Amino acid sequence: MNWSFIAQYAPFFANAALMTIYISFFGVLLALAVGLVCAAVESAHVPVLRQIVRVYVELSRNTPLLVQLYFIYFGLPKLGVVLSAQACAIVGLAFLGGSYMAEALRGGFDAVPRVQLESAQMLGLTRIQTLSHVQIPQALSTAIPGVVANVIFLVKESSVVSAIALADVMYVTRDLMGMTYDTYEALTLLIITYLVILLPISIIGTILERRFDYARR
Amino acid sequence: MHGAELLLQTSVWLRLLQGLWVTAWIALVSVGLSVPVGLIVGWLMTSRVRVVRWIMRLYLEFIRIMPQLALLFIAFYGFSRAWGLNLDATAACVVVFVLWGGAELGDLVRGALTSIPRSQYESAQMLGLNPWQTFTHVILPQALRRMLPASVNLATRIVKTTSLAVLLGVVEVIKVGQQIIDANRFQYPDGALWIYGVIFFMYFIVCWPLSIVARRLEQRWNHDD
Repeated sequence: MNWSFIAQYAPFFANAALMTIYISFFGVLLALAVGLVCAAVESAHVPVLRQIVRVYVELSRNTPLLVQLYFIYFGLPKLGVVLSAQACAIVGLAFLGGSYMAEALRGGFDAVPRVQLESAQMLGLTRIQTLSHVQIPQALSTAIPGVVANVIFLVKESSVVSAIALADVMYVTRDLMGMTYDTYEALTLLIITYLVILLPISIIGTILERRFDYARR
Repeated sequence: MHGAELLLQTSVWLRLLQGLWVTAWIALVSVGLSVPVGLIVGWLMTSRVRVVRWIMRLYLEFIRIMPQLALLFIAFYGFSRAWGLNLDATAACVVVFVLWGGAELGDLVRGALTSIPRSQYESAQMLGLNPWQTFTHVILPQALRRMLPASVNLATRIVKTTSLAVLLGVVEVIKVGQQIIDANRFQYPDGALWIYGVIFFMYFIVCWPLSIVARRLEQRWNHDD
């Protein structure tokens, strides 16, 4: 192991990690928004929108992110939709993640028994009060484990964005291996970088799961 | 000329299907080999020896937290340095997908095995079944029901992940698509839209039926236990 290599190139990986975090952060945020809209449409049984959401969910879940990214990055400009590589990566992650988030959130809302809504209505709570005091707290406790798993999944999936020339962790690893032939050192830094990004998310996720697990507290 | 005309050429479809076959081959071999590996891993995970369980746990957690592309890099670039094991890109993909699929499937096997109540084993023993009969007639049918939907989903994930093979230089469906786009760049400048669109739907046509099967199994078997 060449320690001076590690000391020399660690800052490269720190920068690359920032790129990975940046893309994943906005990708996850957008995916959550898409997922929330889809879950709302599905549980409210909005007629036409519901079919559109179904088609989107199936398309997004049954195709790989890499192909989605290539389509957005190389295909869409031919239709006049030109996005920067970063925007493509974020939109791609949101397209993939939206359906996963929708399923997790919908599972949460479906798990709230009808009786709860009827009781809330009988107690004279308004629609908004029912949503914020009855539905959301209970839905969260069921949905959070799924949402956390999806966040980790999306951060991992973001490793693919190196394919559209974004300088993320994978990109820097390949670059350094090509330049220096120090394969071990570059791969070690790759593993450490992903652990540094993903372990805290995983730990925060576990804490959140405990915090919102009303049933077991 | 309009890029969609590219899709009227039979040769384009033949080449893409050849590429898809490479993708499918990697996926089939990986899923096929994952099953025995997963059974062994699952069995080791329920081992009475604590060290064995810890090692398996560590193996599973490492595979889970690393992006699949990172695992591919480690196998493709790292193994050759470490043990002089010169895997070609296709072999590196299969090795990684089997290690990954085996770990995930192993966890499903473990979950299914531990979810079966002790009383089932004890009742089987009381009825005079020997351990092998107990396993094949009592435990296995119940365990299979519990893990099959998730296993089919795992197969879908493996098929989708084979798309990463192109980044190691395997000439599969995406690479073939890129070659077609590049070869026709002047004649059909907007070929990328159509070719990537076709590849998108090729993956969809392979994965969608698997997802439906998984969902059906889940719905059918959720009711009776």
